[in-house]
Amino acid sequence: MTPADTLRFATRAATGYPLRTALMVLAMSIGVAAVVVLTALGDGARRYVIDEFSALGSNLVIVLPGRSETGGVNLNSLVTTTPRDLTVSDAEALRRAPHVLRVAPLSVGNSEIAFGGRLRNVLVLGTNADFLELRRYRIGQGRFLPAEDNTRASAVVVLGATIRDELFGNAPAVGRMVRIGDRRLRVIGVMAPSGKGLGMNTDELVITPVATAQAMFDTNTLFRILIEARGREAIAPVQQQIEALLRARRGGELDVTLITQDAVLGTFDRILTTLTLGVAGIAAISLAVAGVLVMNVMLVAVTQRTPEIGLLKALGATGRNIRLAFLAEAAVLSLAGAFAGLALGHAGAWALRLAYPVLPAWPPDWAVLAAIGTALATGILFGVIPARRAARLDPIQALAKR
Amino acid sequence: MAQIELTGIERCFQLGDSQVHALRNVTLTIAAGEYVAVMGPSGSGKSTLLNLLGLLDRPNAGSYLLEGRDVTTLDADEQAEVRRNRIGFIFQSFHLVARLTAAENIALPMMLAGLPAAERRARVRRALDDFGLASRAEHRPDQLSGGQRQRVAIARATILRPAVLLADEPTGNLDRSTGQDVTALMEELNASGMTLVVVTHDPVMGGRARRQILMEDGAIVSNAPGALAPPP
Ligand SMILES: Nc1ncnc2c1ncn2[C@@H]1O[C@H](COP(=O)(O)OP(=O)(O)O)[C@@H](O)[C@H]1O
Ligand SMILES: [Mg+2]
Repeated sequence: MTPADTLRFATRAATGYPLRTALMVLAMSIGVAAVVVLTALGDGARRYVIDEFSALGSNLVIVLPGRSETGGVNLNSLVTTTPRDLTVSDAEALRRAPHVLRVAPLSVGNSEIAFGGRLRNVLVLGTNADFLELRRYRIGQGRFLPAEDNTRASAVVVLGATIRDELFGNAPAVGRMVRIGDRRLRVIGVMAPSGKGLGMNTDELVITPVATAQAMFDTNTLFRILIEARGREAIAPVQQQIEALLRARRGGELDVTLITQDAVLGTFDRILTTLTLGVAGIAAISLAVAGVLVMNVMLVAVTQRTPEIGLLKALGATGRNIRLAFLAEAAVLSLAGAFAGLALGHAGAWALRLAYPVLPAWPPDWAVLAAIGTALATGILFGVIPARRAARLDPIQALAKR
Repeated sequence: MAQIELTGIERCFQLGDSQVHALRNVTLTIAAGEYVAVMGPSGSGKSTLLNLLGLLDRPNAGSYLLEGRDVTTLDADEQAEVRRNRIGFIFQSFHLVARLTAAENIALPMMLAGLPAAERRARVRRALDDFGLASRAEHRPDQLSGGQRQRVAIARATILRPAVLLADEPTGNLDRSTGQDVTALMEELNASGMTLVVVTHDPVMGGRARRQILMEDGAIVSNAPGALAPPP
């Protein structure tokens, strides 16, 4: 019997009993669909978090004043008191280090913004031209801060999208003068609306040159310094350079904290990958259950078709012919179930994406392959016992069964 | 050399505590091309004998030479090969595969033998023509009459041109005239050289054979040409 004939014979046998076949395909497909949907959910959540963090800007090292004990990310490192200030000249020094692509000093404070009789509270962010690229923000109208010395207090401002809307309505904003605190600044640009996101939102901010903000708030300290390394591999050397530089600039004591995005991302990545694997494992159990079902249905099929097996033997079928035919039938049923499940699972993932557009709920390739592989393996594995039982049947007794 | 040589064949079945002696010391030779009827009361061992001849069963003792070769010592796969190539089997209840068409049923032995599809199609077509089933090729067994079903079964049993055709009460489920058609068909095959061994209850059909074997209680009691022949 050629392999093609075995397969065709098995397929005919499978389609010859539509109800039984439909039930088995359904059981198998539910298992596969469960794996596909649940891993799509898990991996979607993982990708969502990673994307959100990546949106903060890549290859980022953040310098905060004050030493955190653990060196990792904790509440303390975000709200430390300042033993020694971070200054614009620190930022300048860091800019000259090799492997450093961009440095944006950050100074923040609260003030009031006024235009045409309208007044509102606003968070003022002092920084430089590098900030836009470093954080992957986009400008909506006009242009961002000019590339100039960090110590120049130009009287210009870039508005957040919401601020612009509230102050100007439909009127053009670029080129107009606004008052912030007791200073008059020219609007040179408007940020594009930020939309959704975990990261800092620019919609309710106004952005000025760092020196302008520091003068406004009468301070020369920085809130933090953002540094972008030249690449992923450069993050570790940059971190060391920063530490060495800052240590040297403050008499051998390192009273700053460095946060790399990699550390945060890596942690989330690990947690969510583990979660996805766990979920896939649970779903795989339903595949094993489907496998047991395949075995039982195939055992029933062997009993049902005992006369046929006897006949095939009388016609000269070897034990091997019979075994292969029943194994092929189990494989065909499992494969049909796997593909039906794949379709079902992809439909489920699609529905998820439709219901939660922010969630990139695509099943990962490894999960799809593993689901199909497991379905086939369980189907064939659990098909072995029925197939062997069929092959061992005594021809006359098999024939005598009606 | 006879085509079939049985010597001292014994076959016992264990039924719980009791033993059923289905064949006792059966010795029999059949030459190539012979036409033999096996007759006798129900339970006398006719089917058991035919199953043994067809290598569907093994004797407890005795030897069976088929075309000079001791086939009782062959392993299961070798026996399957002999069944496939040398023996055709016809059953009282036809034993067609219900989900396959007439043409597919006829092609089964060729499929098991691994013949190429084109040759299979050609041979099935010829067999359908020869057996008057040309218009029934795509019908499934439940769409065929009893006589048509048995003709499909005969076509299937003989599609690989076996040397021996074994039929266990082939007309038992058919009415008289259909039975006669089927008998005529088998006799034609016999005339073309195939050895034919028929188990039958019907004395008319038995009488048409050139030799009658009468069995009783597992033993051959008479084995002679025309022994039971009723007047035609
Ligand atoms: N598989 C079996 N198990 C037990 N007894 C059997 C079996 N096959 C046949 N027999 C017994 O052997 C005897 C002969 O049976 P069989 O050859 O079928 O007779 P016949 O075909 O002449 O009616 C009967 O008594 C029957 O009950
Ligand atoms: Mg019988």
